Amino acid sequence: MNTDFFILMKSELSLTLIIFILLVLKVWDGIKDNATWLHIANTLLLLNFILGFIFNTDGSLFNGMYHTNGIVFLEKNILNFGTLLISMQAFDWLKTHKHVSEFYILLLTTLLGMFFMISSGNFLMFYLGLELASIPLAALVNFDLDKLKSSEAAVKMILSSAFASCIMLFGISMLYGTTGTLSFTEMPKLITGGGLQIMSLIFVFTGFAFKISSVPFHLWTADVYEGAPVSVTSYLSVISKAAIVFVFISILHTLFLNFESMWYNILFLTIVLTIVVGNLFAIRQDNIKRFLAFSSITQVGYILLGLSAGSAMGTTAVIYFLMVYIFSNLGAFGVIGLVSAHAQKENISDYKGFYKTNPFLSWVITISLFSLAGIPPTAGFFGKMFLVTAGASRGNYILVIIAALNMIISLYYYLRVVKAIFIDPNDTPIEKVSGSFSAKLALIICVIGLVATGFASCIYGYINSLTHLTP
Amino acid sequence: MTNLTILIIVPLLTAIAVLFCRNSAQVKWTSFIGSLVQLGLASALMCAYISERAGGNTAQMLFQQRYSWYSALNIEYYIGVDGISIAMIMLTAFVVAAGILISWSVQTLTKEFFFLLLLLSVGAYGFFISLDLFTLFFFLEVAVIPKYLLIGIWGSGKKEYSAMKLALMLMGGSVFVLIGLLATYFATDIGGGVHTWDLLKISHLHISLQTQLYIFPFLFVGFGVFTALFPFHTWVPDGHSSAPTAASMFLAGISMKLGGYGCLRVATYLMPEAAQQYSWLIVLLATIAIIYGAFATLMQKDLKYMNAYSSVSHCGFILLGIGMLTKTAIIGAVMQMVSHGVMTALFFGAIGMIYERTHTRQISELGGLLKVLPFIGTVYIITGLCSLGLPGLSGFVAEMTVFVGAWQRPDAFHRIATILAAASIVVTAVYILRAAGKSVMGPIINEQYQNLKDASWNEKIASILLIAAILAIGIAPFWLYNLIAPDAQLIMENIAKGVTGN
Repeated sequence: MNTDFFILMKSELSLTLIIFILLVLKVWDGIKDNATWLHIANTLLLLNFILGFIFNTDGSLFNGMYHTNGIVFLEKNILNFGTLLISMQAFDWLKTHKHVSEFYILLLTTLLGMFFMISSGNFLMFYLGLELASIPLAALVNFDLDKLKSSEAAVKMILSSAFASCIMLFGISMLYGTTGTLSFTEMPKLITGGGLQIMSLIFVFTGFAFKISSVPFHLWTADVYEGAPVSVTSYLSVISKAAIVFVFISILHTLFLNFESMWYNILFLTIVLTIVVGNLFAIRQDNIKRFLAFSSITQVGYILLGLSAGSAMGTTAVIYFLMVYIFSNLGAFGVIGLVSAHAQKENISDYKGFYKTNPFLSWVITISLFSLAGIPPTAGFFGKMFLVTAGASRGNYILVIIAALNMIISLYYYLRVVKAIFIDPNDTPIEKVSGSFSAKLALIICVIGLVATGFASCIYGYINSLTHLTP
Repeated sequence: MTNLTILIIVPLLTAIAVLFCRNSAQVKWTSFIGSLVQLGLASALMCAYISERAGGNTAQMLFQQRYSWYSALNIEYYIGVDGISIAMIMLTAFVVAAGILISWSVQTLTKEFFFLLLLLSVGAYGFFISLDLFTLFFFLEVAVIPKYLLIGIWGSGKKEYSAMKLALMLMGGSVFVLIGLLATYFATDIGGGVHTWDLLKISHLHISLQTQLYIFPFLFVGFGVFTALFPFHTWVPDGHSSAPTAASMFLAGISMKLGGYGCLRVATYLMPEAAQQYSWLIVLLATIAIIYGAFATLMQKDLKYMNAYSSVSHCGFILLGIGMLTKTAIIGAVMQMVSHGVMTALFFGAIGMIYERTHTRQISELGGLLKVLPFIGTVYIITGLCSLGLPGLSGFVAEMTVFVGAWQRPDAFHRIATILAAASIVVTAVYILRAAGKSVMGPIINEQYQNLKDASWNEKIASILLIAAILAIGIAPFWLYNLIAPDAQLIMENIAKGVTGN
């Protein structure tokens, strides 16, 4: 039992340990240099990431409150990896920040919450994890301490997040009222129909829709993304979104299995709205962070398209896409973060003539944007192909046609940025940005991931074998 | 040379090598040598293919290779060639080599320019050898985006607009193809609910007519966008006229042929019954494109626009040949693809050479170029004559075959379409002769033209390469004919089988 506890919960325990170490170091107050802090944090995160690959055993704890298996480990590894990359990219920004240790403590606390959420086998555990993941996140959004916009974003974040939690909690309470249990294993059998349970599906769905910012619950996204520091924005758009989607998959596919035809119809509407509205707003943005916010809303639409397949094929496609999405979004945000830290510029028009001064960064962001647009040979092409294929597996071609046609619109706005970087003339382009070693390394990892993942089909095969194992 | 993967690897390695070059001379020589090696490989492949066929190998696709790629979705890296693919590969090799030679004078961002050109050619080679629909789509898309950057960065005129228009329209085309391919994939069942992307397997399955009728328009229109199917041809004039010379050559010579090949190999071959049902529409649209393109060309004052519109008209012959659904017409369509590819690449090459020297493409500002630029002038006239269908050159052979094939359809509708299409040749003659007469012949109207230098060595080699191809097809057409005929026969059998099987 005791060893079981340590081995099964190793991801959570190691994160807790890191938080503890950082707290002690903070109290000890012996490290004056930010760079040292950052190196320590990055090393710890790297060790944490490596730990994710060893001692992986399936099992459950606390009467099924907490469970873990191959797919859960994989999801945690993906999140660990993304967090590591973000931490490496944040180097330039945090180097001069006053509160480095607090940043990491908050960041890892939210990650811990996400881990609990993914591993939860019970709504109580799930809700605990969800709140642990969202409240520190609002503090992180506020981390540009002297910027008013950052505070504004944090308030918006916390309010909308609390609102979404309320709605979801209401739905959960109705489920509890009708089934008498909160356990994920017992509940599916008891969800059989009836007005209250249908209502609860709608409420829980709405809560999730808020959290992953799908239309019509997306309004907070752009403001929060714009106000938050770039590293936090990338964390929000990649890690936090991926974690929620991972849980969403199992909630829809197993918990509400009996309501499949119903949630499929809701999902259908949501997908169409999300993709179309996200696209239409993305076209009009001038701020590059807002632009990526809306483009990420569109990407959520495609993720939901894969989810709508309701099969292991769909789950594989979603997890694969999210992994690729980490590379592509962090590639783009990494460059934006460097530019923002060194040149304080965040508008698309500022990027005119960027290629003249920063060829390396230009190619990184271009490849990332092409990946987001789904252009081969980048991994994004494969990710999107599999999502659309999974979506088509239900034979609903209206949905597939709408989703596919929207790829043209999204290509337009991604090319707008590429055009600014490569084509538009500019006499005073952003000066040469010399990023730190770790930030550049993170970008190189992203590019390698983007170019290589698609051809290494074993990755997809591995995910597929896991999703077919677990129902 | 029977390992087809080398066809992809050589240009890919060349492209990567270009990234490591230190100066622009190295870049150019690396790309040139790479493209020469590729031309050699393609020729060796063709010889191997012919000798294999002569040896009595009757397999539909030769030199097949097959590796599982994404086994869960049955995606394979599955390649192989038949006569039609061989013809297209030869075309690509010629145009790439010529295009790289013509681009010798590119000054800005040379490394990126040649890298993108080579990347585009990787897409084209991969597309022509793919027998797996997913892989085929992958390579099709690889060939789209480099064009945006090529036009946007090195282009002229309203390049941003043209590049965006081209990228979005071609993306639209590939999205249609994607939908069609997904529907095809899920319509196949090779036992136990397993679907397949395998082109040959699908051609032997029987997909119900109802499904075919839904899928075919997506596939045909999708590929049709690439090959200037009316009314989706509007990217052609803008794209070509803004593109740098080599990009124009690649666009018209290779990229538009991706569409024609796809219409034939994927849409028509896999959906034979639907092709039969929709053939009247294809013929109608193709005839409109031919006539509209020809008359639109008459109105142009800019050499590049002229050639772009005439490409719309000439590509109409490809679609007309496919739409007629007779063996001869399909052979004609493939011959037209090759012929037009070589001819139009040379045309754009010649226009590029003229533009580089005179800095104008307006016909009214040119005159008497033959006197000062004898080589370039001659090239321009040869390709013009090929375009208007002079016997002995490739254009005549291809168009003649299409007409002969089309005439085999005896009903009034097809007869009228054939007659109208044939009549457009007269219009072609008018605009070609007028442009050539005005800009190349006649008096020198601008004194500064006296000092122009004639073609340099690289331009000469490029032109001679392409002229040799034009002459070879024109003088010995049976040779290309024999290469294609058995495969056209197979496609026709598939169509006939589908119809009688109903």
